[in-house]
Amino acid sequence: MGAIADNIGTYWDGALVTVQLTAWSGIIALALGVVCAAMRVSPVGSLRVAAATYVEVLRNTPLTLVFFFVAFVAPQFGLLAPLGFWTAVICLSTYTSAFVAEALRSGVNSVGVGQAEAARAIGLTFGQSLQEVVLPQAVRTVIPPLINVLIALVKNTSVAAGFAVVELVAAGRRVALANPADSLMVLGGVAVGYLVITMSLGALAATVERKVVFTR
Amino acid sequence: MRTRRAATALVAASALLLAAACGTDDADDALPEDADPTAEPGDFPEGSTMARLAEAGSITVGTKFDQPLFGLVGPDGVPEGFDVEIATLIAGRLGIAPPDIDWVETISSNREPFIESGQVDIVVATYTINDPRKEVVSFAGPYYVAGQSLLTLVDNTEINGPDDLDGARVCTVSGSTPEANLLDNFPEAEVIPLGTYSECLEPLRNGQVDAVSTDNVILAGFAAEDDSFELRGEQFTEEPYGIGLALEDEEFRDWINDVLEEAYADGSWERAWEQTAGTVLATPEPPAVDRY
Repeated sequence: MGAIADNIGTYWDGALVTVQLTAWSGIIALALGVVCAAMRVSPVGSLRVAAATYVEVLRNTPLTLVFFFVAFVAPQFGLLAPLGFWTAVICLSTYTSAFVAEALRSGVNSVGVGQAEAARAIGLTFGQSLQEVVLPQAVRTVIPPLINVLIALVKNTSVAAGFAVVELVAAGRRVALANPADSLMVLGGVAVGYLVITMSLGALAATVERKVVFTR
Repeated sequence: MRTRRAATALVAASALLLAAACGTDDADDALPEDADPTAEPGDFPEGSTMARLAEAGSITVGTKFDQPLFGLVGPDGVPEGFDVEIATLIAGRLGIAPPDIDWVETISSNREPFIESGQVDIVVATYTINDPRKEVVSFAGPYYVAGQSLLTLVDNTEINGPDDLDGARVCTVSGSTPEANLLDNFPEAEVIPLGTYSECLEPLRNGQVDAVSTDNVILAGFAAEDDSFELRGEQFTEEPYGIGLALEDEEFRDWINDVLEEAYADGSWERAWEQTAGTVLATPEPPAVDRY
């Protein structure tokens, strides 16, 4: 326990970076995901194809490879991202947005087609019917799967440890190196750190769910 | 009835096969020339680790798989390098031929847990001997003393040594000793920790980082493979590489130390060096074994 108590500051800094990574990537992924899901259900064929391609490519690529591509391959083609936090945010948010888009799409599909038809019948445009009628219902349905995606995102931020971001795992490695006698304990501390973050996220989700719940 | 007879026949056949397989066991595997083919379990004190390993006829060795000159794995899964030669030499003295050595990849952060849990018998993996580690594992050796240094592009004019690191972006491995050294000694440098040293090379070429820092021998391997890289400045740390083994197995440690001293004396240490790291680096004097 001593090793954890002595290095609580290092843990805290790492946890803070993990939370920041999650927050930025989560917000961007939600925004990208909404756009992507809207494109996938849009009446324009080329938009549907583009969004479907984006989703299929990103969700079928291992996250480590996404990182590898942005950090090491893209620079070969002149795209020089500064290694570190923002590169990680780009990778995590694009990767997660594919899952967000799919969760949202399932929500959109769960809204009865009659609702969309009625919305169009009273003269709303596609955008309006999506924004005013379909999405508000869809988003409520997909709160639980979205929280799943966000919890996965929290844990996925650990991949950034290998790509120049000192978040919780990288901080834990530093502590473990300085305290080889307690290395298992130190990694246990890292796991507890993640638990604290994901469980608070879960509690938050439960509150949101209760607030927006509705009966059909 | 018929199925039962078939089953009996099958059992008998497999028993025969098994016996045949066992019969080939004593075929003479090729030992390295400097190995001791006469080593037998009886030569070692009863109950010692040496006796157990010699009896089993195999040894599990943890080493690096991604370090040119020291431990670099080929497509066939067998690593090559100075660490590998040292481990082979030790195994040879136990009467264990190279094909009977199980190589396990150990990375910087899992060496102690692997030794403590017994997943490996020894670790020869550019493993720096230091005091916190001595509380968890035992070290034989050192068998080589490296030092941390810097690798830059040949046309870099700003970094000529460790004193020029203020504000420089220095790539190293997350959770490694060089990373800790950089953070402690050069607080003005921006440390960029990646997963492995080889991953630092592309960013160095691209200018995403200004230098790569770790033990000179590792950097020398990279510099030898690519003309656009160059080592800069003096070594600013001393990293004695030891052989990690279970804590309090003093008998085994003393024995490995004896083997190392013999290898210094009979030239097999030097031969191992010249075949591997010696292709790029000058042959140093073997360091004195530290029987702490």
